[in-house]
Amino acid sequence: MKQFQYKVRDPQGMHARPAGILSAEAKKFTSKLTVKAGGESADLKKILSVMGLAVKCGDTLTINVEGDDEIAAAKVMEEVFKKNF
Amino acid sequence: MEVYEGKASFKGIAIGKIAEMKKTETVVRRVHVDNTEHEIARYHAAKEQAQAEIMELHDKALKEVGEAQAEIFEVHSMFLDDFDDSVENIINEQSVNAEYAVATTGDNTAAMLAAMDDNPYMQARQTDVKDVADRVIRDMNGGSGHGNEFTEEVLLVADDLAPSETVSLDKSKVLAFVTREGSTNSHTAILARTMNIPALCQTPVPKEADGKLGIVDGFTGKIFVDPDEDTLKKYQNLADAEAEKKRLLKELKGKDTVTRSGRKIKLYANIGGIGDLNFVLENDAAGIGLFRSEFLYLQSNDYPSEDEQFKAYRTVAEMMAGKEVVVRTLDIGADKQVDYFKLDKEDNPALGFRAIRICLTREEVFKTQLRALYRASAYGKIDIMFPMITSVWEVERAKQLCREVQAELTAQNIPFKQVPIGIMIETPAAVMVADDLAEQVDFFSIGTNDLTQYTLAIDRQNQHLERFFNPHHPAVLKEIQMTIEAGHRHNTWVGICGELGADPELTETFVRMGIDELSMSPSSILPVRKIIRDME
Repeated sequence: MKQFQYKVRDPQGMHARPAGILSAEAKKFTSKLTVKAGGESADLKKILSVMGLAVKCGDTLTINVEGDDEIAAAKVMEEVFKKNF
Repeated sequence: MEVYEGKASFKGIAIGKIAEMKKTETVVRRVHVDNTEHEIARYHAAKEQAQAEIMELHDKALKEVGEAQAEIFEVHSMFLDDFDDSVENIINEQSVNAEYAVATTGDNTAAMLAAMDDNPYMQARQTDVKDVADRVIRDMNGGSGHGNEFTEEVLLVADDLAPSETVSLDKSKVLAFVTREGSTNSHTAILARTMNIPALCQTPVPKEADGKLGIVDGFTGKIFVDPDEDTLKKYQNLADAEAEKKRLLKELKGKDTVTRSGRKIKLYANIGGIGDLNFVLENDAAGIGLFRSEFLYLQSNDYPSEDEQFKAYRTVAEMMAGKEVVVRTLDIGADKQVDYFKLDKEDNPALGFRAIRICLTREEVFKTQLRALYRASAYGKIDIMFPMITSVWEVERAKQLCREVQAELTAQNIPFKQVPIGIMIETPAAVMVADDLAEQVDFFSIGTNDLTQYTLAIDRQNQHLERFFNPHHPAVLKEIQMTIEAGHRHNTWVGICGELGADPELTETFVRMGIDELSMSPSSILPVRKIIRDME
């Protein structure tokens, strides 16, 4: 399993657009991607579940990646977070 | 006439027939099914059709209102993809019909978003989720069709408008949006901004208003149903003025104020506070020709501190981003009284202790303002202008105080720039000695209100004098001409910042006289620009 953390810089927090980009990118991998914020976790491939976390600017997210392509997925997704969120 | 008040989400005036949005009601019943596989297949077929429709809406939005508006349909498409697990679960576990499973999924998701109390953006997305769910349900039952085709322009009223509804509307027929629910964050509000038409939300207008004449006032957040004649007339005038303004804006924004023969005129704005800056930028002023600094004193219970003033001047300088900002120093007394100055009551205040006369008597108050102005000069292009000048010595003394302030700032290592100095020409005395005054300063700005009052010896507040008062009196026009000529003999630019500056009947006269700058209320700028651009 791979894991990385990300601190949200987008002043609006999680809104539909970055949530959409994140899940679209996550769907390209077979690995299971889970994002944790506070006590709750969500399936990164599902936009509604990601939006449901109500992430705010400054929150720290923990992303777990588990599966056959986990190395590549963790690397790519970390970049996607940095670029869009 | 009835009036309903809500929240204005975009300003503007619209008059027209009220049309209630017709919705295809989706009534969903919970039905027990045995063949759950068949229901799941029905769901997938409808979903596929819904996805195709959403993509169509996306392309339509992209063409009509741009990428920012179209994006929401990509999000819709992803929302719908997320429905699968929940819908299949509900069908399998409860042995129910696909419609019920989709409706429940939509409701649950909307409820989750609604619970985000501190996040109005997410709460507003409920409409999107419901929109997606409704579409799939409709597609399972033979497709959609709102029947919202209008033969005339309408004020569209609805409980709330889903993005797909706003996009599929014939927008050329919509004059305004009014919703009973919704928020200033909703897509309707955003769309109204893009379309530049007024919009209200949270407005409790009854369904019975459908078909009646209405007025939407997007400035105050009101809708008038069956307006009386006076109201209608008032708003028709307002709407005409708005329409003319919009047309001028489109045509003249970003263009130079220049005659056909190539003479450029500086068209500046008069402002009375920081709140006016938006209008200045909106109306495309080339600078600020009169920033009345009194507001800082009038809104305060004690002398405003140097820092308070510095912040205000700096804000204006920065917001004008390098464009010229002429700040008139304190002009109180006469009709503008401030308690803490403890000025004596006068028999003849217009001829009394006011403006520069107070400043040169209470120099410590004046120097506080000058220090604030010089400090702010480092952040933009600030000019200082002294009001109510009658004699050369007043200008010399005021400039001496400026030099003292500069020396203090230099000693304290506080940055400032060289600031052009100008004076108001608003007394006949100043006109008569304009040549001597011009040697002292960089610019003149003619205050026509006071100049007219002092030249004609007419108190403009006195209504018995109306028939004697002529704002185009040849004496005043001659004084303006003399001032311009005197200024130009000494390389001093000359402007007008009184009401006459915006008088469209005189614009040509002033330009021919050789005026360099006209400063006026922001709303007059574009109409005057048009006159000048049409001149030879």
